[in-house]
Amino acid sequence: MSVFVTKNTKLLVQGITGRDGSFHAKQMMEYGTQVVAGVTPGKGGQTFENTVPIFNTVAEAVKATGANTSVIYVPPPFAADAMMEAADAGVQLIVCITEGVPVLDMTRVRPYVMEKGARLVGPNCPGLISPADKAKVGIIPGRICTPGPVGVVSRSGTLTYEVVYQLTRAGIGQTTCVGIGGDPINGTNFIDALEAFEKDPATKAVAMMGEIGGTDEQEAADYIKHHMKKPVVGFIAGQTAPPGRRMGHAGAIISGSAGTAAEKIDAFKAAGMGVAQRPKDFVQLIQERLK
Amino acid sequence: MNIHEYQAKEILRRFGVPIPPGEVATTPAEAEAIATKLGGPVMVKAQVHAGGRGKAGGVKFCKDAATAREKATAILGMQIKGLTVEKVLVTTAADIGTEAYVGIIVDRRTKKAVFMVSAAGGIDIEEVAATTPEKIHYHPVDPRYGLQPFEAQQMGFFLYQDPKQARAAAKIMQQLYAAFLATGCSLAEINPLVVTPTGDVIAVDAKMVIDDNELDRLPAVAALRDESSEEPSEVAARKANLTFIKLDGNVGCVVNGAGLAMATMDLVKYYGGEPANFLDIGGSSNPEKVVNALKIITADPSVKAILFNIFGGITRTDDVANGIVTATKANPLKVPIVIRLTGTNEEIAVKILTENGFSASSDMDEAVQKAVALAKGGKAA
Repeated sequence: MSVFVTKNTKLLVQGITGRDGSFHAKQMMEYGTQVVAGVTPGKGGQTFENTVPIFNTVAEAVKATGANTSVIYVPPPFAADAMMEAADAGVQLIVCITEGVPVLDMTRVRPYVMEKGARLVGPNCPGLISPADKAKVGIIPGRICTPGPVGVVSRSGTLTYEVVYQLTRAGIGQTTCVGIGGDPINGTNFIDALEAFEKDPATKAVAMMGEIGGTDEQEAADYIKHHMKKPVVGFIAGQTAPPGRRMGHAGAIISGSAGTAAEKIDAFKAAGMGVAQRPKDFVQLIQERLK
Repeated sequence: MNIHEYQAKEILRRFGVPIPPGEVATTPAEAEAIATKLGGPVMVKAQVHAGGRGKAGGVKFCKDAATAREKATAILGMQIKGLTVEKVLVTTAADIGTEAYVGIIVDRRTKKAVFMVSAAGGIDIEEVAATTPEKIHYHPVDPRYGLQPFEAQQMGFFLYQDPKQARAAAKIMQQLYAAFLATGCSLAEINPLVVTPTGDVIAVDAKMVIDDNELDRLPAVAALRDESSEEPSEVAARKANLTFIKLDGNVGCVVNGAGLAMATMDLVKYYGGEPANFLDIGGSSNPEKVVNALKIITADPSVKAILFNIFGGITRTDDVANGIVTATKANPLKVPIVIRLTGTNEEIAVKILTENGFSASSDMDEAVQKAVALAKGGKAA
């Protein structure tokens, strides 16, 4: 089993003819993902790699192919519109890889997508991968993953790869890796992913990677303490990062705290979680918890 | 991106916010001329991207134009939190009755733009928030409908009992919200919002922070950037599309992705070293970025070893390898380099590097330990 991305994922790629979109569409197909459609306005009627039909709009693509998941590689100024277009077309899972989406756009996109009943992952995220299902949506390199019992959720892209790579090298596989992205306003958060892993019978333990800033990790720790039976091991990047430059008074007024690494690690400990000091430490801490 | 007070005020004026007149000066003579033109007492205010300007002596009351010249002479060239004051705002000194605070920030918790207003405004607003949070009223704005007049009015009455003042404040909040959206802000604040002894409600100080992701589509806002008030190395990095923060150590780090970059710095420290910088080459890669990254890192004389930690996803490791080869051919390195790369197109990258006399590791801990040892002048472990 796996979460969010499974054998039943029928994927459409928004921005399939771009530099990043075409490269990663090919990688996803090679991994085994069912890529059923591409969307590039103006290129409808063509095919990608001689097999995947390209459409002008997401609505047409969904109607013709039954796509239930979309991955977005379009440039930042068009990303908000692409996410809303996918939600409007009835796509259930929308994964936005694009980095640099204006945050004010996201204040509109998030409620829109939720009203349409879709799940959004990202933006500015590496996407998801479920190794046992040979299903990958996004840019996580397939070769570093292997099937197994660990759910992975992370705010960072490449740090996720690092931890997954170390787990795989130690023979510890993953159910699903979920990169939720690091933007201030995004779709799926830590708690959504943790909830899904708690319900997934194949997931036996969870590895969670956070960063300094904000309070998402503290809220996740609170959720773990009260609602999770499965063991969770956490890591916070930025323990040695210098304090960021101040954002006027409003930042200090609203957060009430700085979101430091120490504060987050304390929250992890208070929730009874394992705390990895280095990415490498996940291996031993997860192994102990799988016994 | 930060903009100066005088720039934020010009924007807010265009949206109708009542603000005392003023102009920016770069010399004492200009400051005096502006003060003469304005007539009456003025404030001379340092324009730098730092808080606590008043406490640092960068904001002065001047009873006349001659005093304005004298104060401008003192303030121009002054250092505030490491930044040199190049400009002063000369503005009519307002008579202050009461001081309130009005701010809007994009809040990651509620996922909305949130208004924060308090009748206890002024320089101690953070203290007010920490000790007497009930004195601050929070109001998230539904982005689908925007700020409604009744919502602004509720906040106006939270600040002032006098209906005329409450309505004037409500109007200013609508104007501030419109400016916030149109300018692509992540933060906009008026502090203090002043009621004058004659009962007028005016904005006496203003601050705006622009979301960097907005700058491509708002060229007029992007043009407000004042590079003279930023770190030169950070300006160079931004122009090369890199995120760079200078630190005090000697291990120069080049990493892709902010999370991995921070984890790499943490690991350098874990193994007894000190990172010289935070440098994120970002997602979508090209060799040019790596060339620029190496230029910035090698320009720092305190760097004793360079550590590349690249985990390819959307970044293709062969792009990075090509960048390293190109950069070092043009400018041979004077310090040792340790390269760790794995992920997308790893085989091609390793081939490029070995053909050009470099070695590459695929283990992060191993590479970090090696770089730390080399930076200390030792041999690679």
